[in-house]
Order: sequence, then structure tokens, then C-alpha cells
Amino acid sequence: MKVMMKGNEAIGEGAIRAGCRFFFGYPITPQSELPHYLAWRLPEVGGVYLQAESEVAAINMVYGAASAGARVMTSSSSPGISLMQEGISYLAGAELPCVIVNIMRGGPGLGNIAPAQSDYFQATRGGGHGDYRHIVLAPSSVQEIIDLMGLAFDLADRYRNPVMVVGDGILGQMMEPVELKEEEPPVPPAKPWATTGMRGRGHPNIINSLYIVPEELEAVNRRLAVKYARMEEDEQRWDAYRVDDAAVVVVAYGTMARIARAAVDMARARGVATGLIRPITLWPFPRRAFAHISPGVLCFLVVEMSAGQMVDDVRLAVNGARPVHFYGRTGGVVPTVREVAEAITRVAGGEAGGQDLCSAAGAHG
Amino acid sequence: MARIFARPRALTDKAFHYCPGCTHGIIHRVVAQVIDELGIRENTIGVCPVGCAVFAYDYFNVDMIQAAHGRAPAVATGVKRVLPDRVVFTYQGDGDLGAIGTAEIVHAAARGENITVIFVNNAIYGMTGGQMAPTTLLGQKTTTTPQGRDARVAGYPLRVAEMMSTVEGASYVARVAVHNPANVVRAKHAVKKAFQVQLAGRGFALVEVLSTCPTNWGLSPVEALQWLQDHMLPVYPLGEFKVPPEMTGGET
Repeated sequence: MKVMMKGNEAIGEGAIRAGCRFFFGYPITPQSELPHYLAWRLPEVGGVYLQAESEVAAINMVYGAASAGARVMTSSSSPGISLMQEGISYLAGAELPCVIVNIMRGGPGLGNIAPAQSDYFQATRGGGHGDYRHIVLAPSSVQEIIDLMGLAFDLADRYRNPVMVVGDGILGQMMEPVELKEEEPPVPPAKPWATTGMRGRGHPNIINSLYIVPEELEAVNRRLAVKYARMEEDEQRWDAYRVDDAAVVVVAYGTMARIARAAVDMARARGVATGLIRPITLWPFPRRAFAHISPGVLCFLVVEMSAGQMVDDVRLAVNGARPVHFYGRTGGVVPTVREVAEAITRVAGGEAGGQDLCSAAGAHG
Repeated sequence: MARIFARPRALTDKAFHYCPGCTHGIIHRVVAQVIDELGIRENTIGVCPVGCAVFAYDYFNVDMIQAAHGRAPAVATGVKRVLPDRVVFTYQGDGDLGAIGTAEIVHAAARGENITVIFVNNAIYGMTGGQMAPTTLLGQKTTTTPQGRDARVAGYPLRVAEMMSTVEGASYVARVAVHNPANVVRAKHAVKKAFQVQLAGRGFALVEVLSTCPTNWGLSPVEALQWLQDHMLPVYPLGEFKVPPEMTGGET
């Protein structure tokens, strides 16, 4: 069945189709259509929508519901995600599965509600305290939102770890046709570790991230590091477009990747052989996409709606094999197709990425 | 020979880490006895705080969750919304509940969450080294009020039970103490009511328990019990502040 859906609503419908029945959140723009949708849709399927008193409370309600074995999610936008960071660290430490959605907006501080990708570092580096990692998924269409929400819950359960899904106000509020498959709801894996009352078990379950003896905590950290290494090995996802004969390879994700894709076509029409690598997982970063760079590739151009964050990961992945340029607009300004195409032309001609904040400061490109 | 005294089944065999004379042990035992008497041990999930009772998951022989500082009521909300037929309680200190977690406790009550809250008030931060708590008395010396709490600088003690009793969603609110046997018995009755309120589906129940901290008060265990009686009771009067209509009367 094909229907028109807003991105934010698709997040909610995708979650419900993934078997999520519990949502805890606090109002913030520009993700409002998601709680609006779940507030009626969850009760319809026997679930619970609960508006918390703060993002701090919301993420801890998620912690409780995940402890009880439920498929559970929360959603917010940049400042609210900052408030949730302590809870995300606890979720990772206690190895609790859940899905956290960040519809990113301009920052720092209150910033604005316009589309941005400036929470990349926070999302991929672990915005909370301690040695932890979580998978970050970055859909770039409403259909991909639906598909990735199911994957997000599966990965969360498979690794007993939080999974974050990031988008922005454009992706959240645009409408696109989506295919809603008529499928049986998935059966989440058994959770014998959950705190559901010890009846029939004979021993209590404990959900905890406290290990007072340093050697014990180190052993936990090592076990988690092995788990994170497995995620890095097995969960890299990306999409490649017209890269086979490309001289310039653009790297962009989410909303920015849609614009970059059109810019690739425009640049090709102008005679510059251009391709696009679109990371779908921001963590683990799809390093494998950069493992075998064709001899014909002249350089990379990273395009972001930030002052330059993912460009660091591209530089690590390319590891000096080619120049890595950057073009970005930030503060909620969305680059146009033409701007990006012009940046492609510049780097193809051996110039820097463009008149962005970072190259002006000499930091990039 | 009839066995008339035993360790509650809802406590593990692990020895408490609490300081000599600290009344956390008594309060743990009271809660465990109530869980045993109500026959809910295998149906109960407890949420422990950050503070001296952070290791409560080692002591209560029920499913336990360790929560971030102050967030136990939010965590308990998440558990209870998923498992409405289980018994959920939090065990929190005065820093956890009365300072960093004030929003969570007030709103859990406002929502009428069907949970039981055991709130231990010893007028000081114990675990971190005797700093001023929101419930520290005026004039009381702590490591962060070395000249005694001065209202002009550090404000006034927070009366949590009185405050919580003004919240419409709170169903049962009481304050008890455990500084002598008669009061321990009364405390147990209040804790039992707080669980019975949840079992009856009547919503949010909170019992504030006045407790001692000999180590950080700088007193012997016996002196600490006397200090609680002489100094805390006048500021924190005991009694039931709110009781569901059908539960009024009877022993408290």
C-alpha cells in the first residue's frame, strides 16, 4: 500500500510496525509531528504515549521501559538530545536496547529550528560520559525512514544497545509516497535479562551500570569494546551513486545527500565526472566505502549542513590517499544544488571547497 | 522450637555496607518485611538511587534497577507503564529525591503513577562526604555549611511530605521515623499502606522516613538517635498527610 506521509509521521509508523509500543518524550520543534502522530496511534495499537516533564525524565522513562523488556523509543531535537546524554550513557552502560530520534536543528545553544547537521560529533562520538558507542542511522527519504526504523529496533535488540536515528526538519516535515508493506509485526527476541519480577526465574535480575572495583569495570569496558568492534565490522552501511568513473566523489548524508545527488547530476551535465557516497550509518562510519579508491578519483568533497564534522571521519577513512575538501552551510542555511555543483567544479579545478566558514578560518579544504 | 525471628526473604544474605548506627538497615528490613507479608516478592521491581543506598540492588532479593541520580521516579514510571500488574517501588535519599530529582518526583506524583516511593531523609549527603542536603536543618553543620546552615546564604529545609501532599495525583503521603522501636513499628505500618495503595491501584504513595547519619553528623549511634528526636522531629512532624478515603482509620 502506497501512502503519502510526512517524515516525522513515518518515524512513528515505522516504529509501530517494528513492534514499538512505548514512547516517552517532551515537546520540541521540529519533531512535533512525531509525538502528535504517536499520541493517537500508540493507544490504537494498545501502546502507551506519555509526555514527560523534561527530556531528562523522558530518557529515564525509556531506561525503565527498556529494563522491563519493551521495545521503546524517544524523540527530540538537538537541545533536548543534549539533555538526554546522561541517560544515553546509562542505557549504554546497562546495555539496554532503545531507539532515540534526533531531528537536528541549528545550534549551539538555543540556535534555531531550521535544518542542520551540526550534532554529528555528539551523535557519533558519544555525547555522554564514559567509553561507549551507539549505532547512528541517517535516512535520506521518507521511505528510508520507514525501512530504517525496523532496522533500528532490530539492531538495538541484537546488540542490547541504544540506536540513534538522525534527521532534520526538512526530512521530518516533507511528504513523500511510501510503501507500507502488509507484514506481520516482528517478534522481538526473548529478553531473559529484563527486570519483570523474578517469578519463575528463581533469581533476581539486576539492571546496573555501577562497578565499584576498577578491575571489574575495566572487564566490562573491554567486553563492551568487543561488542562495539563487532558493530564496526558488521554494520557499516552506505549508498554509492555514479562513483565508478568519478573524478570527484562527494560525501553527504541525510537531507544533504539529496541535494548533493542533484548536484552530482548537474556537475556531470557540466562535464565534471562526479559521484556520491552517502553514509547510511554515521557510526559505524562506512570506512569500507573508501577502502579501494579508483585511480581516477581526483579528490573528495564533503558537504554538510554544519561547520565541518563528518569531514573528520572522511579524512580518517581516506587517510591521506587523496585531498578531502569541505563545503558547508550552517546555522540552518541549506546549500542549494547550484552552490554544491559550483563547489564540485572548484575542487575539480584544483581549488578549495568553497567560501565556507571553515575554509575562511583556514581549518579545512 | 518455634522460629519467631528470621531474615526477611526479600533481603539477600549480603551484609550491609552501611556505617554503624545508620538506620538504612532498619528501613531496608521494614520494606523487605512488608514485601514478604504482602507476598509480592516475585512480582516486585525496585529502583535504587544514587547515594548511600546505591547498592540496594545487592540487598533486596527482588528484581532491581539502578537509576541515575534523582531519576528513579521516571525509571519506575517506565517500568510500571510496561508492566502495570507488577509492584514497582523506588528507594531514594534526600539529595536524590529532594534536590536533583525534584522534578521527577513531583511529576510522577502529579501523574498519579501507581508506584511506591520510600524517601529516606537524614538531612545530609552521606555517600559524598556530609555536604548540605535540601533537608539540612537551619544551623546544622555540614562540610559545605561549616558554620551551620544559614538561611540567608543556603535557604531553608524542604518539607517533602508536606509539599507532596499538595499534589492532587498523590494518593498516600506519610512521614515516619525509625529512631526507636515504637516508631519502627509505625514506619512499617506506613510502608505497608504505601504498597497496599499501589496494589489497590490507587496511585502514587510516598513514605518519608527520618533516618540517622552518625558518621556525617559527627555523633555516636545512640547520640544520633537522640539528635533525630530532638532536632528533626520539630521541623519534620510525623504523621499521615494524605490517605485515600477508604483507608483512613486503623493503625499508623
